[in-house]
Amino acid sequence: MLELKNICFERENKKILDNINLTIDTDKFVVITGPNGSGKSTLAKIIMGIEKPDSGEILFEGKDIIKLPINERAKLGIAFAFQQPTRFKGITVFDLLKLSSEKEINKAKACDILSKVGLCAKDYVDREINSSLSGGEIKRIEIASVAVRNSKLTIFDEPEAGIDLWSFQNLIKVFEDMRKIVKGTTLIISHQERILNIADQVILIKHGKIDKMGNKEEVLGQVKEKPLCCKLGVK
Amino acid sequence: MNNIDINLLKKITETKDGKFEGAYNIRKNGQGIERKTTGNIEIITKKEVSGIDIFVKPNTKFEFIHIPVIITESGINDLVYNDFYIGENSKVTIIAGCGIHNDHHKDSRHDGIHRFYLEKGAKVKYIEKHYGEGSGTGKRILNPVTEVYLKENSLLEMESVQIKGVDSTIRTTKGVLDKNASFIVTEKIMTHGIQFAKTKFEVELNGENSSTKVTSRSVATEDSKQEFCSKVIGNTKCFGHVECDAIIKDNAKVIAIPEIIANNVEANLIHEAAIGKIAGEQLIKLMTLGLTEKEAEEAIINGFLK
Repeated sequence: MLELKNICFERENKKILDNINLTIDTDKFVVITGPNGSGKSTLAKIIMGIEKPDSGEILFEGKDIIKLPINERAKLGIAFAFQQPTRFKGITVFDLLKLSSEKEINKAKACDILSKVGLCAKDYVDREINSSLSGGEIKRIEIASVAVRNSKLTIFDEPEAGIDLWSFQNLIKVFEDMRKIVKGTTLIISHQERILNIADQVILIKHGKIDKMGNKEEVLGQVKEKPLCCKLGVK
Repeated sequence: MNNIDINLLKKITETKDGKFEGAYNIRKNGQGIERKTTGNIEIITKKEVSGIDIFVKPNTKFEFIHIPVIITESGINDLVYNDFYIGENSKVTIIAGCGIHNDHHKDSRHDGIHRFYLEKGAKVKYIEKHYGEGSGTGKRILNPVTEVYLKENSLLEMESVQIKGVDSTIRTTKGVLDKNASFIVTEKIMTHGIQFAKTKFEVELNGENSSTKVTSRSVATEDSKQEFCSKVIGNTKCFGHVECDAIIKDNAKVIAIPEIIANNVEANLIHEAAIGKIAGEQLIKLMTLGLTEKEAEEAIINGFLK
C-alpha cells in the first residue's frame, strides 16, 4: 500500500536518508528502528509530507503523492502521531477529537476512544490541551487523535519518547492492543523491544540506509544474545 | 425596533428576537427606549447625568439584568453612567454590551461607565460584549469603564468580549476588594485593519484573603495595535494572578505591561505574559488531521478565543 522509491534527504552536507527503497503491505504492523540520528523520524515525516525529500517517489495505494501537501495526504488516509505532541490553549480534548474525526462524533464516542487509550474519559474530554497535561497524558491524547481517524496508514513517531517508565508500562499495553484500536496499516518508529516484539515487519535503519528488513526474528535474531542497545549500535 | 436594532442586540446579548427575560433597560442613540423591572430589581433614571441606577434587593437569587446599548446614528457621542447596587447574598447575572452600526462618515462613540457596589456575600456574573458593523468610514469607538467595589465574601466574575468591528477602544477596569472578596476577569479581544484596543486593569487587594484572577486572550491581525496594562496591588495577605496571552499576525503590534505591587509579605502576586505568532507545529498538527493551513489557523484562533 506504501512504496518509497529512491528517497534521498540531505541537510548541511549530511546525508540523512540515502536512497531509501521500501514497500509496506496492507494491514501490517511495521516497526522502523535504529540508532538515534539514523533518519527514522525524517523518513516518517517525509511520508506524511511534513518534510520534503530532495529526490525520490512515494506511492500510496499506487498514487504518487510526492507533490501533495500534508492535509491532502491526510485526506487520502495517512495519519501521524507526533513524537512531541503540540499543546493548544483553549482547544479541548473533545474539540481536537472532533477536528480529527472524518465523521461527526459526539461526546460518548470521544469518551469511548479516550478509554481505549487508557484515559479516564470523563476527566479528560473537556480538558484543555495545555501545559497542565503530563507527558504521558498528552501522548495518549495524541494517540486518540489519530486512532479516531481510522486511517489506512497510521504513523507513530517514537511513542515512548518523553514518557516516564511508569507511564510507559501502561502505554505499552495500548500498543499491544493497537490492532484493536487502529485499523489498517500501522508504522511505528520505536526503540522499544516490547514494541518490536509485536511487529509483523521490522526495518532497521542505520546512517540513513536500510540495514536490515524482514520479520522480527530475522532482524532481531541476535537481540537475545546481546542487549538491544548494542544490537542497534547505541552506546 | 427595526431589523438593524434586533441584529445588533443579537450580537451583544443572547436574545433571538430582541426580547429579554428578567429586568432590562435598552438604550438606543443616547435614549432609554424600553425598560422592565421585577419585584427584586429596580431601575431608576439618574437625574444629574445620563444613565441609570440599578438596585438589586438582598437575597435575590438567579435573576437576569440586561442593559444593552445600541447606536445606529452616525456622529453620536454617548456618555452614560450606570450604577449597580447589589444587595447582600444576592446572586444575579448582568449582561451589558454595546453594538454600533455606522454606515456614514461621522464617528460613533459610546463611553459606558459602570460601577458595581456589591454588599456582603453578593455574587454577580457580569458579561459585556462589544461589536461594531456598518459600511461607513466613520469610526466606531467604545471606551468602557468598569469600577468594582467588593465587600466581604462577595464575588464578581466579569467576561468581556470584543471580536469584531470596533475601531478604537480603551477599556478601563478598576477593583477594590475587602476581606475574602474575589474578582475574576476574562477578556477576549480580536482586532483587524488599523484598529486599536487598550486594556487598563487596576485592582487593589485590601482585605485579607481577597483574590483576583485576570485572563486576557487576544488576537491582533493586519495593522492593528493592542496594549495590555495591568496593575495589581496587594496590601495584605491576598492572591493575584494575571495572565496575558496574545497571538500576533501580519504587521500587528502588541504591548503587555505588567505591574504587580506587594505591600505586604503575605501578598502572593503573579503576572504571566506571552505574545507570539501561531506556532508552526500547531498548524502542522491540524494539517495532519486534514485541515488546510487557513482552516488550521481559524481553528487555533477560535479555540484560543472560545
